[in-house]
Parts: sequence; C-alpha cells; structure tokens
Amino acid sequence: MIPGSFDYFRPQSVAEASALLAKDDNARVLAGGHSLLPMMKLRMAQPSALIDLGGIGELRQIQFQGGQLHLGAMASQHDLLASDLVSEHAPILKEVALLIADPQVRYLGTIGGNVANGDPGNDMPAVMMALDAAFVLEGQHGRRNVKARAFYTGTYETALLPGEILTAVEIPTQVKGGFAYEKLKRKVGDYATAAAAVILSVKAGVVDACEITLTNLGPTALRAEAAASALIGKPAGHPGAIDAAVAAARAIMTPAHDTRGTPEYRTSAGGSMVRRAIQRALAKA
Amino acid sequence: MAKVHIKLKVNGQEMEGLAEPRTLLIHFIRENLALTGAHIGCETSHCGACTVDLDGKSVKSCTVLAVQANGSEVTTIEGMANPDGTLGALQEGFRQMHGLQCGYCTPGMIVRAHRLLQENPSPTDEEVRFGIAGNLCRCTGYQNIVKAIQYAAAKLRGEEFREAAE
Repeated sequence: MIPGSFDYFRPQSVAEASALLAKDDNARVLAGGHSLLPMMKLRMAQPSALIDLGGIGELRQIQFQGGQLHLGAMASQHDLLASDLVSEHAPILKEVALLIADPQVRYLGTIGGNVANGDPGNDMPAVMMALDAAFVLEGQHGRRNVKARAFYTGTYETALLPGEILTAVEIPTQVKGGFAYEKLKRKVGDYATAAAAVILSVKAGVVDACEITLTNLGPTALRAEAAASALIGKPAGHPGAIDAAVAAARAIMTPAHDTRGTPEYRTSAGGSMVRRAIQRALAKA
Repeated sequence: MAKVHIKLKVNGQEMEGLAEPRTLLIHFIRENLALTGAHIGCETSHCGACTVDLDGKSVKSCTVLAVQANGSEVTTIEGMANPDGTLGALQEGFRQMHGLQCGYCTPGMIVRAHRLLQENPSPTDEEVRFGIAGNLCRCTGYQNIVKAIQYAAAKLRGEEFREAAE
C-alpha cells in the first residue's frame, strides 16, 4: 500500500507553513503521520501536497509559563511521557499517553495531531476538555485561541479554518486531587471501545470540583457536565451519587455501531469506564 | 512527480538514493538501498515487522515517508551484529533462548528491543512486554522473546543470565 502522489514541503517556520497551506486548498499539514499516512494508503485521503511540520524545532517544545503548561503541537506522546513538567502540571496526560497505541507509534504520534484530527476515537480531546485546555491556531490572519470544549463540531470537524494550523496546546495546571483515565480496548493499539476521564478534588470529605469527559462515545469527545454535577457537593464515595453520575454520563452517550460493538454494548461499557474512573480518582484524591 | 534526493546514514554508512515523496521508508530501505532485513508485514502500522531505529526512536517504517527521514540516522537489523561480525547480544539471546520460530518478526523485534534496552538497561519482564507491545509474533507466544531480551540485557550489563523460576 503506497499513498497517491503529492508534493512535499518541509518549511522551517510556522509562517512559511501557513503560507504554503493558504496556497492550496487540498494541502494538508503532516505531523507524526500516524493517522494521515494510513488514510492516504487507503485513498481515504488524497492531499495534493503535504506540509511536513517536522522541520520546525520550536513546535516540539514543552514549557511552563504564565501558570500554563505549553505543549508544542509536534511534541510526541513519547516526549510527554519523558517530561517532568507534564508530570508536575498535568499528570493525567502520562496515564493517557501510555494507553495510546504502542511504543513505536508514541515516538512519532504528536499531541497536535491527536487533538487536531477531530477523530472521536483519539484519546486526548476528551482529556483536554477535562483539563479546560486551549488550542493555539495560527493562520495567515494571525493567531487565536480556541478552548478544547468549543473546538469539536462533529466527527473530523473542528473549529480550524482553512489555512489554519494548530501549533500548541495550553493547559492550566491540573486541579490537585484525584484523576483517572479508564479505557476499554480490544488490543494494544486499538482505539477505545469506550473511555472516560475524571479529574476531581475533595475537601473535608466532600467532592468540591469534578470534570468527567468521554472518548469514542459520540460524534466527538463529550463533556458530561450533569454527571460531574451529580458528584459535586456530595460526600466522596457516596454510592447514590456515583450511580447518578454514571446514569447521567450514559444518558449523553451515542456511540456508533461499529466493529467494537453495538451502541448498547458500548454504552454499557462506557458506564463501567465512568464508574471505574470515578472510583480510582476518588481513591487518589 | 519529481523525485527527491534522499541521504541517510544507515548502520553507520552514508547512503543515498532518489525517491518520490510518496515512497515509504521501508520501501526505500529494501528497494533503493537493497537492505532487506527489515520486513514488510501488515503495512498498517500494527505488526512491527518493519521496525527500524530512526534518530534514536523505534519507528514502523511502513508509516514513515522516506523524505521525512531525509538526513537522519537509521539502524536496521543489518546493523545489530558486533563490528567483528559476531552476533550482537540480542541476536545471541534470540538464538540461545529460542526467541523465534519462523523468524518473520525477528528483525523488528530485535531492533525494537535494542532501543528498549538503551532506554531501560534493567527492565522487568512486565516492562519488556510493555516495551515490545508494538511487535506481533504469531509463533512463539512471546515467552522466549522476553527471555531472549532479558538474556541480552544481562549480557550487556556484564551479568550472567538467570531464568526466572516458572
């Protein structure tokens, strides 16, 4: 399987990349290539040009500035796993990165590609929603930030405008407390049958902040606000509150019927992932 | 489509060739450079038979364009022997511990295990299994592959390999 023909560019700066992208409606940016190249081999994607971001060193940087963790879009999953800044400011990302694909794919697969692709099966979008991260989008007309919670408009559809490149992810320091990402998958390297992220904090035995988000259980990653509300203000570990949160999360799940199972099965699995993630997050809080 | 001039340092040796942008690294290595040790298995980045080391990273060369690797250092199974031509520690381990049957996955397994041991010279069996999760073997059941990698790890540390009690 070999991709169709395309022109190849390896710009040295974001400005150069965005100028190339603006010139050709059918051009695509290439990050780690582990979603795009397989699609091109299958002819499900046939870009006229690839603009490889691999030559832009600044896009690989991981920094902490102004109270925010700044991940360059070309930082790989492997880079996240190796970063002390990530451990300190957004430890849930390590737990998630370890559940993505396999070692070889993590060396090349990038955080920017994972969040920009708009695939509901990618793990990082839900986690970025839970962390209230923002994506930095740069194009010919300047730079803007869009919150992860407002970025996903449909399957493979995002707020990215033609000619824009997602260049960085900015993450507020993760709430101190408990967190967990529970992912059911058929095998190493598979996308989630169902997955759930939970980040919460507990004060004086009561849950005082909580985010619950879902992967591959709808056309986009989902933020389960009613599920989180069911826990907030309740004693940590209150069985009725956890049951209510699971029920509220299940109520917004609309998984596709695919090779991973029927919607009924995947919703049931999704409920189990939410329950496990809540319980594990509470145990760590 | 115009061909691109691609230069790589492969197993310590400068090599070059012309390839279209769409040429995959595995095809460039096997067909342009005539190094056929790295295998083509699934072609879908699942099986790991095509694993090579690219600038210190294990990668599935069926899912990397040769142009993306332009200017990089690549190590393939052909670079795993000792300089005097004797078997490297991993090759010896796979032979001594029966870490292969048909051998199709072995070039990828060994190149991946090489990077794993560079990053973690004393892995637990669990860490070995996690570290080779991107390489599929349909013959061995992995038991002897884990032993083979632990054999090599011990040898590289200058220790004698002791099999864990089963």
